[in-house]
Amino acid sequence: MRIIRDRAIVEDDFVRVPDGAEPPAGAKPIVRLADFIVAREELLARHAAVGVQVSPDKLPADIPDLQRLALIAIEFPRFTDGRGYSVARMLRQRHAYRGELRAVGWVLHDQLQYLERCGFNAFELQPGKPLDSALGAFGELSVTYQAAVDEPRPLYRRR
Amino acid sequence: MYQYDDHDRRIITDRAHQFRGQVSRRLSGEITEEEFKPLRLQNGLYMQLHAYMLRVAIPYGLLGSAQVRKLAHIARTYDRGYGHLTTRQNLQYNWPKLTDVPAILDELASVEMHAVQTSGSCIRNITADHFAGIARDELEDPRPYCEILRQWSTFHPEFAHLPRKFKIAVTGAPGTDRAAVRFHDIGLRIVENAAGERGFEVIVGGGLGRTPMIGEVIREFLPKRHLLSFIESILRVYNLHGRRDNKYKARIKILVSALGIDEFRRRVEEDWEASRTPELELADEEVARVSAFFAPPPYETLPANDRVDGLVLGRDRELGNWVRNNVVAHKVPGYSAVVISVKKPGIPPGDVSDTQLDAIADVSDRYSFGHVVVTHTQNLVLPDVKTSELPRLHAELRALDLGEANANKLTDVITCPGLDYCDLANARSIPLSLEIAQRFDRIDYLNDVGDVSIKISGCINACGHHHVGNIGILGIDKRGEEFYQLMLGGSPGNDASIGKILGRALAQDEIVDAVEKVLGRYLEARESPDERFLETVRRVGFDPFKEAVYGTTDSLEAAGDSP
Repeated sequence: MRIIRDRAIVEDDFVRVPDGAEPPAGAKPIVRLADFIVAREELLARHAAVGVQVSPDKLPADIPDLQRLALIAIEFPRFTDGRGYSVARMLRQRHAYRGELRAVGWVLHDQLQYLERCGFNAFELQPGKPLDSALGAFGELSVTYQAAVDEPRPLYRRR
Repeated sequence: MYQYDDHDRRIITDRAHQFRGQVSRRLSGEITEEEFKPLRLQNGLYMQLHAYMLRVAIPYGLLGSAQVRKLAHIARTYDRGYGHLTTRQNLQYNWPKLTDVPAILDELASVEMHAVQTSGSCIRNITADHFAGIARDELEDPRPYCEILRQWSTFHPEFAHLPRKFKIAVTGAPGTDRAAVRFHDIGLRIVENAAGERGFEVIVGGGLGRTPMIGEVIREFLPKRHLLSFIESILRVYNLHGRRDNKYKARIKILVSALGIDEFRRRVEEDWEASRTPELELADEEVARVSAFFAPPPYETLPANDRVDGLVLGRDRELGNWVRNNVVAHKVPGYSAVVISVKKPGIPPGDVSDTQLDAIADVSDRYSFGHVVVTHTQNLVLPDVKTSELPRLHAELRALDLGEANANKLTDVITCPGLDYCDLANARSIPLSLEIAQRFDRIDYLNDVGDVSIKISGCINACGHHHVGNIGILGIDKRGEEFYQLMLGGSPGNDASIGKILGRALAQDEIVDAVEKVLGRYLEARESPDERFLETVRRVGFDPFKEAVYGTTDSLEAAGDSP
């Protein structure tokens, strides 16, 4: 599957693991939070990079060992569900999470710039939506007023 | 007023360009109507009953004359020759064509205006006291903080998909709340603490709609430098925990009341302690930079002029009534603020024509430093008029058919668009306001009844703010017919209260009679002509009014089969 990562279209190097299933050896798995919680030591020991997928009602405090995760994927059950934006910002700014932060689910062109400003660097677009033109989203608003993850200073400190 | 620099201009032109792209992706089918809807809403474009409606943002209600002329031009060129002033100090066009909207946005951008975030589940236009900067009872001008909040909230990436819309109002007059801060998602009052420092009292969780609530104080004194960080924490707690399963339970007021103000406050304070950083602090230099745009205009040094009293009592009764009702004391000696009422018989409340807008722009240039303010009562204010020029101004306004002397009086009705325009409405509200305007179009009666607010909503979404009308009227649907509930006792101000239903709902041909009966009973019951309608209602209770309207005080009887 192709995704957008760091403003480029790339082949996804992670593997989605179905609920409760064993990830293949050598893979970089993305497992659901519940599966991660029951087998986290084993997963972290067996795989060089482990990703965890969370629903948007989960807060950073609900994710154990988050500094050891290579990827956190936050679900957007609807494109109008804004919880993930706050969770991402908390992960980046409050918990200094440096791994991949991926938006998954109902993710569209017109969310990308705001998602990136809140700390997401990877995006699985909703199936069927063109990736190439979506890359144009990142520069659509070239000046931003407020501080966020991408720019810690508000515009008035940069005027 | 605030003037854009290259950054501000770039932000608005980028946005117009972005919206063009969104429209073309919608037309190509790349995005569905469902996916397009929040995009057009956050650009002010609504789908109404008959057509699109475009709501233009007027930050804190303040307009320069060039902007007023542009609004007139748009009304003439792209609409049917009028615009509609809203209860949140904005202006909306009821008949634009979708294909014209990008061009309209370009026209607006040319005078530093836009339609950004005037609808949708995001932070909406920041509103303020319409006498900001000139009121005698003001501690400090709230507009610099409104502008700072406008910039902070514009395209805020974290808060563009809130559970529901989010409205913020600011007042700098602690004694008289003209911004209804207790009925906003966040209300801010500039206050002074015991040490003489200025800051904000922060009120959260107020609102009207289906579940009217008076906001509660979350912070008694917030130092100014923490304004943005603290508001971000309120919004974050709301964004994370507000209900998303039911749009009627999604406003922050529902979360605040479900958690209780103490628990809500604890969560906000906890988030604030964890998230505030020096970068988020509002720098004094930024407050000073923005405040400079709101420096007083070049007032002349004039003697304190008490001619106002002379005019009220003078021979020209029309002028006298207008000065008495529409002229407001100004903090600068020799100046007055003037309310231009657009409420008159035959005109839907809030509607202004292109020719009126052009004329108001001209008048503001000649009499008021080119400034005009939209009030949340759907009128306009000329903020800085020399008191000595009031007679001349009145004569001009009268010639323009804008000399109605009814500010804050019975016929200064607030109404939503109602069933004539809106697909949510159960009942028409504009014809009712027209009937009220006609029935009570007698200046002596208006003056006798004094200050009283009538607010009409065509459905329980309460866009006409009926809960906070001294007299509130709510349109309901009863077996397919339009009926109206009559409420008494609401107030949006410092003495905030939510009106209560008087009795059974009334038919269309009964409701204005009922209003007249209520007013008649007030005139009998008041202790003196100085006792305002609201005070009398609060003192004597509902029974005399029930008796007047329903012929009985029996609450069951009066309640009838009201839903």
